[in-house]
Amino acid sequence: MKRLIALLASVPLLLGASEPRLVPDVSDTQIDIAYSFTGAELLLFGAILYPGGRAPTPDTDVAVVIKGPAEPLQVREKAKVAGIWVNHASERFRSVPSFYAVATSRPLSEIVSPRTAAIYEIGIGNLLLSPANGSSASEQARFESGLVELKRRSGLYAEHAGAVSVREGVLYRALVPIPARVPVGRYTAETYLIRNGHIVAAATRDIAIGKSGFERFVARAAEDYPLPYGLAAILISLLMGLAAAWGFGRARR
Amino acid sequence: MHLYLPIAGLSVNALVIVLLGGAVGILSGMFGVGGGFLTTPLLIFYGVPPAVAVASSATQITGTSVSGVLAHSRRNGVDFRMGMVLVAGGALGSLLGGFIFHLLQKTGQIDTIINLLYVALLGWIAIGMARESVRAVLAARDGTPVATTTKRHRKWIAALPFRWRFYGAGLYISPMAPFLLGFVSGLLTVLMGVSGGFILVPAMIYIFGVSARVVVGTSLFQGLFVTAATTLVHAMTTHAVDLVLAGLLLIGSVAGAQIGSSLVQKVRPERARMLLAVIVLAVAIRMALGLTWRPDALYTVQPL
Repeated sequence: MKRLIALLASVPLLLGASEPRLVPDVSDTQIDIAYSFTGAELLLFGAILYPGGRAPTPDTDVAVVIKGPAEPLQVREKAKVAGIWVNHASERFRSVPSFYAVATSRPLSEIVSPRTAAIYEIGIGNLLLSPANGSSASEQARFESGLVELKRRSGLYAEHAGAVSVREGVLYRALVPIPARVPVGRYTAETYLIRNGHIVAAATRDIAIGKSGFERFVARAAEDYPLPYGLAAILISLLMGLAAAWGFGRARR
Repeated sequence: MHLYLPIAGLSVNALVIVLLGGAVGILSGMFGVGGGFLTTPLLIFYGVPPAVAVASSATQITGTSVSGVLAHSRRNGVDFRMGMVLVAGGALGSLLGGFIFHLLQKTGQIDTIINLLYVALLGWIAIGMARESVRAVLAARDGTPVATTTKRHRKWIAALPFRWRFYGAGLYISPMAPFLLGFVSGLLTVLMGVSGGFILVPAMIYIFGVSARVVVGTSLFQGLFVTAATTLVHAMTTHAVDLVLAGLLLIGSVAGAQIGSSLVQKVRPERARMLLAVIVLAVAIRMALGLTWRPDALYTVQPL
């Protein structure tokens, strides 16, 4: 149902020749995680084109949404049982974005109606996580807020109000921090042009975040060749133990 | 300097991890215990996923045990026959442990089980060690010789059939007893990332009556094989061994173990044991409190 609404809502975008168009770009379409990776900063910028050389409208707002690959998750809730805290209840979610950051030119509630924000999944509170347990709505909401709070605390979900600057209604730029513990995969950067609480233009760019070099080699080896990987780990620890015994033995003599 | 851990999926301060490994290595060299009891919770506290912390600290203990075994075997301090029986039991135990770990990970109770096991085991060992070392310190102060009654092994062990001679340990008992002990320690090593030394050393002294000369060396010998098997089991089932993390820990701990083994010769042994008992007790109390305090994250997430 929500998808249908989204489709209907985008009809004016497709038809509206009189509406402006977005030309987005990102500083990196490929982020490599190497040994020294401590996070990155993604610069998203672009131009707003007005058809027929019309003068730019000043009250134009831009929202940029960066989403990581969605994954199914199980969320567990702890409760005190017999004096100790144990996991007691759980909820499954079918599609949870592994990363979600939204940058806006002004606070989200000021530029877009809650209804539109929900349709386009703009804002941390508007994600469609698809709970799959069939539990009651209040229970689902409890687990959803727990999950979102957890993601927010680890820096994987973030809202950056005011991080987008729009210059004279034509050029926009946003700087979005990517934390070090970002999951790998294909990311999308969606840019929305917002006027009078409505979305008038949208554009998407893809970003690939992957481990590179040695980190990629190690991660793939652990996943694809578990036996040689385990043997290599043992060999390394044996050799390091031997080396230390030998080295210190020599130093003592 | 920050380094990215490819399996744990986060970047850590390399110096902090090396120093942590070093501190744990010193303890291990001084007292002949693995040190996983400190590494695992500290890594989890640092933000490393629990499975990765457990698996990688097992890899670290392997390396730390190697230098210990080498030092002890030079002084004939290893009963290789008993060691091999313990290893055989340990291999079977760690296989079953890997299976249980996988099962518990699915039901979501792994962290509670690990914590409960930790508290129970550490508390039991700490209290036992404290009692023994306080008695020894008091005896030394009074000038009375420590009661060194040659405690023979328990009756039920003597009743087991097919006895073997273990010359280093000075025992004539059924290999089933050390096999069973190895099995239990292997099981716990996989589940907790703790080297079996914590169980082996007290059990060999107080249950089997193994001669004190070979206890630590034999325990380290067994721990070396069991943690190696544990690493392999984790690599095959949970894919949670982080080579970079283990390598950083190893740099500190293999050096620390050597420093610790020379340090311990300057401290009186009963004082050293009392110190360890205090450390272990503090860890146990902290973990027990952690179970009853309201956790700061009520929700946890696991990929499906």
